[in-house]
Amino acid sequence: MAGISDATQMPAGPVVKGKLSRDDILMRGGMMVIALYLIITLALPLYAMLSKSFSTYRVELSQYEFQISDDAGVFDGTILNAEVLNQQTGAIDPAELNTGSDGRLPVTGLFPDFSFRSPVMYQVRNTSDEGRFLVGSTLQDGTDWVTLDSNTFRRVQLRPVKATGFDNFINYFSTPALFNSIKNSLWIAVVSTIVTVTLAFWFAYALNRSCMRYKGVFRLIAMAPILVPSLLPGIALVYLFGNQGIAKELLFGASIYGPIGIVIGSIFFTFPHAFMIISTALAISDARLYEAAASLRATRWRTFWTVTIPGARYGLISAAFVVFNLVITDFGLPKVIGGQFNVLAVDIYKQVIGQQNFEMGAVVSVVLVIPAIFAFAIDRLVQSKQVALLSARSVPYQPQPNQRTDLISFIYCAFVGLFIVGILAICQYAALIKFWPYDLSLSLNNYQFDKMDGGGWASYYNSIKLGLFTAVFGTAIVFFGAYLVEKTNGFRTGRALFQMFAMLPMAIPGMVLGLAYIFFFNSPSNPLNAIYGTMAILVICSVTHFYTVSHLTAVTALKQMDREFESVSASLKQPTMKLFSRVTVPVCLPSVLDISIYLFVNAMTTVSAVVFLYSPKTSLASIAVLNMDDAGDIAPAAAMGMMIFYTNAVARIIHLLVSKGVLVRTQAWRTR
Amino acid sequence: MKHTAKRLTTFLAGVAFATAAFAETELTVYTAVEAEDLARYAETFNQSHPDIKINWVRDSTGIITAKLLAERDNPQADVVWGLAATSLLLLKSEGMLEPYAPAGVENLDPKFVDGDTPPAWVGMDAWVAAVCYNTVEAEKAGLTPPTSWKDLTDPMYAGHLIMPNPNSSGTGFLDVSSWLQLFGEEGGWEYMDALHENIARYTHSGSKPCKLAASGEIPIGISFAFRGAKSKAAGAPLEIIVPSEGVGWDMEATAIVAGTANLEAAQTLVDFTVTKEANVMYNTGYAVVAYPGVAQPVEHFPEGLLDAMIDNDFEFAANNRAAILKEWQGRYDGKSEPKS
Repeated sequence: MAGISDATQMPAGPVVKGKLSRDDILMRGGMMVIALYLIITLALPLYAMLSKSFSTYRVELSQYEFQISDDAGVFDGTILNAEVLNQQTGAIDPAELNTGSDGRLPVTGLFPDFSFRSPVMYQVRNTSDEGRFLVGSTLQDGTDWVTLDSNTFRRVQLRPVKATGFDNFINYFSTPALFNSIKNSLWIAVVSTIVTVTLAFWFAYALNRSCMRYKGVFRLIAMAPILVPSLLPGIALVYLFGNQGIAKELLFGASIYGPIGIVIGSIFFTFPHAFMIISTALAISDARLYEAAASLRATRWRTFWTVTIPGARYGLISAAFVVFNLVITDFGLPKVIGGQFNVLAVDIYKQVIGQQNFEMGAVVSVVLVIPAIFAFAIDRLVQSKQVALLSARSVPYQPQPNQRTDLISFIYCAFVGLFIVGILAICQYAALIKFWPYDLSLSLNNYQFDKMDGGGWASYYNSIKLGLFTAVFGTAIVFFGAYLVEKTNGFRTGRALFQMFAMLPMAIPGMVLGLAYIFFFNSPSNPLNAIYGTMAILVICSVTHFYTVSHLTAVTALKQMDREFESVSASLKQPTMKLFSRVTVPVCLPSVLDISIYLFVNAMTTVSAVVFLYSPKTSLASIAVLNMDDAGDIAPAAAMGMMIFYTNAVARIIHLLVSKGVLVRTQAWRTR
Repeated sequence: MKHTAKRLTTFLAGVAFATAAFAETELTVYTAVEAEDLARYAETFNQSHPDIKINWVRDSTGIITAKLLAERDNPQADVVWGLAATSLLLLKSEGMLEPYAPAGVENLDPKFVDGDTPPAWVGMDAWVAAVCYNTVEAEKAGLTPPTSWKDLTDPMYAGHLIMPNPNSSGTGFLDVSSWLQLFGEEGGWEYMDALHENIARYTHSGSKPCKLAASGEIPIGISFAFRGAKSKAAGAPLEIIVPSEGVGWDMEATAIVAGTANLEAAQTLVDFTVTKEANVMYNTGYAVVAYPGVAQPVEHFPEGLLDAMIDNDFEFAANNRAAILKEWQGRYDGKSEPKS
């Protein structure tokens, strides 16, 4: 397009184009490879899912023909087509013809005179090889006449054939049990968002704007929920507020199973995300504005609303949409504590695992993707604006000690910290109890995972393996991809396209990605079919699912490095790859480590992305938590959940130590 | 790294093959039997048939069924050994099973054999519905033990009752299908309407109601008898109640997959699955088995359960499954408010 407009404005002449060097070709090639990776692991599966949602099953009446005998059992040769019969009798509502893959349709309604006691005989056949019907449970798919007596004829059931259309969507929106979930999902997401963002704002405010003590401890506690699967708060709430819960009186008779439980649990697991974003927004506030406010004699209240809130508004909005997205796409928590309160993510699971209705699962996925993409798009828009807020002349705000503010801040943070620690502590306590609530003695019985559903200890080791593979391969792919997209010369369209692809995974809920993988990788015609059911598909799914945040971290780190490095290396006739390995990677090592710990922790805790993809041999710890809870083994589920917590905590500590060591060795240039 | 691991597995598998030096034929067997039982099953079979090697593919009932249906046009399995009869009926209705009358099938309880001749599948063992009743919590709540399904609709039990969702649980579906068979179409739905008023919530899995009853979370759980016996053995204050009207049940069954390249070996295996020896083997995990007179009483198992099993119409259950589930979902799943 650019070429055409150029041609109208510029006088005709040869287009001058720099010759591509070997490095340029190499880098563009590398970028294409990683872009291809994203297309295969993201775009194509999503396309497969979308087309599945339009795949329907329909009973084609015109494909069946009947003959009826007289009382003596003699057929006179009149052939009746089922479609014509239905037009005459109207016995079958056209809506009944659209059904699922397991649909069946009895035919006796087409014959008003039918009686199973009558001596009349019936003949039935398919008009084409595609037609299928059952006699009892025996399949008939030939075109020969099948002769049946009246009593057997009532056991004839027509079977649907594959078709394409909007019927799945029509079916979805005409089933209140299904579309009510949209309302439910939106409702709990909005409520959780408002509460979490409010709580996180004051928490971040207390940490950034007061001089209270133990800030480091509180910061650490606030980040703890990131280390556990979202199911865990649900399990804790059962022990706290369930019918045998230790604090159920606090609910005044209300049931924890339902929206209340989902909202409380959502606050727990989204709190760190909201806190991090808001904390960053509050940290970059400009002290000069507060000085101006003070010199204008504005009250603290007024200053708060005219300076603090506007300064943090992008952070607040961004946090709100991130939390909204996390809650609406979360599956583990409503599965555990949702009771009869249906939400979209659980509906997908129920349709696919419970009923093997993959088409309807795809429809719910399409419905779920819409709010997720919407929330994601707004968040991106807002975050891009936030960068422009900082100016070079800003003076960082330093809080002044104030006994009253500091005390209130401390009490508030202690309250929030108690909530977070309490949830984790109750899980650990429950895991050590022999038989809640009848035998409260301590025992390690609940750690005998091999005796429960869910894959036993093997699933725990599988999870660690998945975490390590995801961290290693994921970091390599993401960082290399980010490097290529940041440092390649020219090739604007390609780079913009790549950026777009790299953003997409964040907008796709884990459930949807997992389901899309079934459709794409489990298809027998797919040459990649062999990876289905292996560890490889879990690694690929996890890398793709968590691609965006890792990519953004890498890009931010790479942006700090001047492009002059590339120019210098080119003028010294050094290959870019040498520069990459000798300079870029060592300089960016802290970010590389951040990406790998992010991938490790998330691979350990994710449920939604892998719940459709694990096989008996590759069962995972997070899935074991889900399955043990599902089977009613709630205490072992809590025990496994806490194992994930400790593993992630240890991983973070190792990460911290390694980062420190690495900083000393490779980042010495940062200090003089 | 990956490749090394794979090569190592292949090597280890090779060692395993080498030990079974006779192995001539290999059978791919799909199953939903508990993983811990599989090794035992294969071992017992290989004692008398060392020349046939079994390669297990195991997953939960729903997933194995979905896998078999997905492979309809290109079947990978030779035999299905240990899958719910309702699932096998589904496969039969797709024309995916090879009818075969195993030697000695006449010894089995006819309830456990497909009605066609030759039968498309033969049963192994049954799991039977029952009510788990927590005596401690029930007494606290002032409840009296129910003796029948109808009793459970008494308003006294409101919020104290839990059952599996038939849309996700096979146990839940066998309950619903048994009520429709016991009380008739209309009566069945009327019964469930009344029952729904008392149900605290519906669970995804069939064993959870009994485990929740065992832990006192909800005093009464509609589940299956064997689960109750296990929880009781673990020390839960449970009573396992067999409702007087009769109880629904489903069975695990065996069938040959149509199109198998190893028909002879598959038939040998299915012949083995109906022997007395095999049924003794099933008895360790299941209290009710297909071979009459084999079953040893299982500890804490309720008495009279075998007589209470209804004359289950599997064809009715399979052919009306989609319609029943849709109706159920419309009636009870749409209500979003929790009841307890």
